[in-house]
Amino acid sequence: MEKRSLSFYLLAAFFGLFVLFLYGPMIAIFMLSLQGEEGTLTFPMRGFSFYWLGQVFQEQRVGSFVEAFQRSLLLGILVTVLSIVVTVLAALAFRQRFRGSNIIFYLTIASLIVPSVLVSLGIGIAFQVLGIETNWFSSGIGAHLTWTVPFAFLIMLGIFNRFNPAYEEAAKDLGASDVKTFWEIVLPLIAPGLVGIGILGFTLSYDEFTRTSLVSGQDNTLPLEIFGMTTNVTSPALYALGTLTTVFSFSLIAIAFLAYNFFSQQQKQ
Amino acid sequence: MSKGLKALETYALVTPQTLVFLLFLVFPIVMIAIVSFWQFNGYAMVPAFTLDNYIGIFTSDVSLKTYLNTFKYVALVWFFSLAIAFPVAYFLAFHIRNQRLQIILFLICTIPFWTSNIIRMISWIPVLGKEGLINQLLIGSGFREVPVEWLLYSDFAIVLGMVHLYNFFMIAPIFNSLMRIDRSLITAALDMGASGFQVLREVILPLSAPGIAIGSIFIVTLVMGEFVTVRLMGGGQAASVGKLIQTQIGSLQYPLAAANAVILLIVTLILVAGILRVVNIRQEL
Repeated sequence: MEKRSLSFYLLAAFFGLFVLFLYGPMIAIFMLSLQGEEGTLTFPMRGFSFYWLGQVFQEQRVGSFVEAFQRSLLLGILVTVLSIVVTVLAALAFRQRFRGSNIIFYLTIASLIVPSVLVSLGIGIAFQVLGIETNWFSSGIGAHLTWTVPFAFLIMLGIFNRFNPAYEEAAKDLGASDVKTFWEIVLPLIAPGLVGIGILGFTLSYDEFTRTSLVSGQDNTLPLEIFGMTTNVTSPALYALGTLTTVFSFSLIAIAFLAYNFFSQQQKQ
Repeated sequence: MSKGLKALETYALVTPQTLVFLLFLVFPIVMIAIVSFWQFNGYAMVPAFTLDNYIGIFTSDVSLKTYLNTFKYVALVWFFSLAIAFPVAYFLAFHIRNQRLQIILFLICTIPFWTSNIIRMISWIPVLGKEGLINQLLIGSGFREVPVEWLLYSDFAIVLGMVHLYNFFMIAPIFNSLMRIDRSLITAALDMGASGFQVLREVILPLSAPGIAIGSIFIVTLVMGEFVTVRLMGGGQAASVGKLIQTQIGSLQYPLAAANAVILLIVTLILVAGILRVVNIRQEL
């Protein structure tokens, strides 16, 4: 093994500090959410218990967390499914050159560049002028799509770039229709990528605050509920809620990772 | 299949995505632009043409200060994100040779970005607060008698929070462009007698410029419209354009908020165009 230079050790130390910076504060709130009943918002820990985690589900103390969670879950699933369908179709089209493809491409990039607060305000105003009530499942979905679709689309373009069209041509030579070729050849081949896009889309939507903030209507999604709590909850229940939803996000990432491996293995066989 | 039908099929395929952006991006922005010229009274907007909203913004010291403050956040967050992201991406791309380890370490940088921004914000409270970890450490070790107050609810906290939230958007594109650099270029430079620092300055830095540009665009657009971090980490005192817009919406001054949004969008686009002039990022896409 070659000798490591001084710069390696310096950079490794820098990387270590960076990881501490990323995770340190989050670990602090995980620990605090597991302290005893007399605990406060700061260290030292006062005992160990699951009391504050339990408090999250007591409606009167911290608002209706369960309902907000259900809303965010459903919204995330809808946004994910829509993002995947819309971007798979668009990416299929982008395999050929066609007039206007540049405009659509830049429109997609623009959606990433426009500050979130503008999307939120714009949709809010548009709905108001049209006299339609904003709601998490109408204006909310639209606002989230402006964030998830560009990411999904860019990844989808990457997937199709690496895609070998020979399989498809073989299927067509054997007499398969376009639709049959898509379902039996293309879709299984891009499935691992779709899992990745799905989980990215879901977490982006599930955690999205700014684009939801002005267009969710009467009912809060989970991030809005948590934001509301930051102004009126001064107990570790706030941290407990943070811990629970972070654990949920992390489990999703883990599941996605396993699913990705599963599909990739299947493909190799 | 005939050629015309094939073309029709292509257009049918891109229609859903195009509709999403027309309905939820283009149309809303057009509406913002229109409403920004409307009048408003205490409780409703009135369709009429007026420049009052813009004149009000350009002649107000408060809004001018708010814009300058926002630029300050953009510049600071951009600088610190780059200062952190470049060494991190460089370390991962050039010093970690085991591909499996490289992927794992990169994922470690990625995972926090997939969780709630608001939770990542509030997680700084037990660290930076008046009775937080840092102050307990400082007082416990005898460095300070009284707690440091400016750690939380300050500009420092706001910049720290945003760097914490958004540095990933800098790391990923820089890492991506560093990984694309042909390693034989570096060997060639070293063979010709370049020092490690010269390689960094003459070879690696120019070739990673597109990644830095993409990261900068992300940081600029994310920070320009920020109001969550400004609200949570600034403790209600600090101001930014995003927060100004949010406050104006809260008090139902939609036309005023819309005018600010139009200016915000124009300024953001100018900054992005400026970055694009410096580097050509098309080769990255």
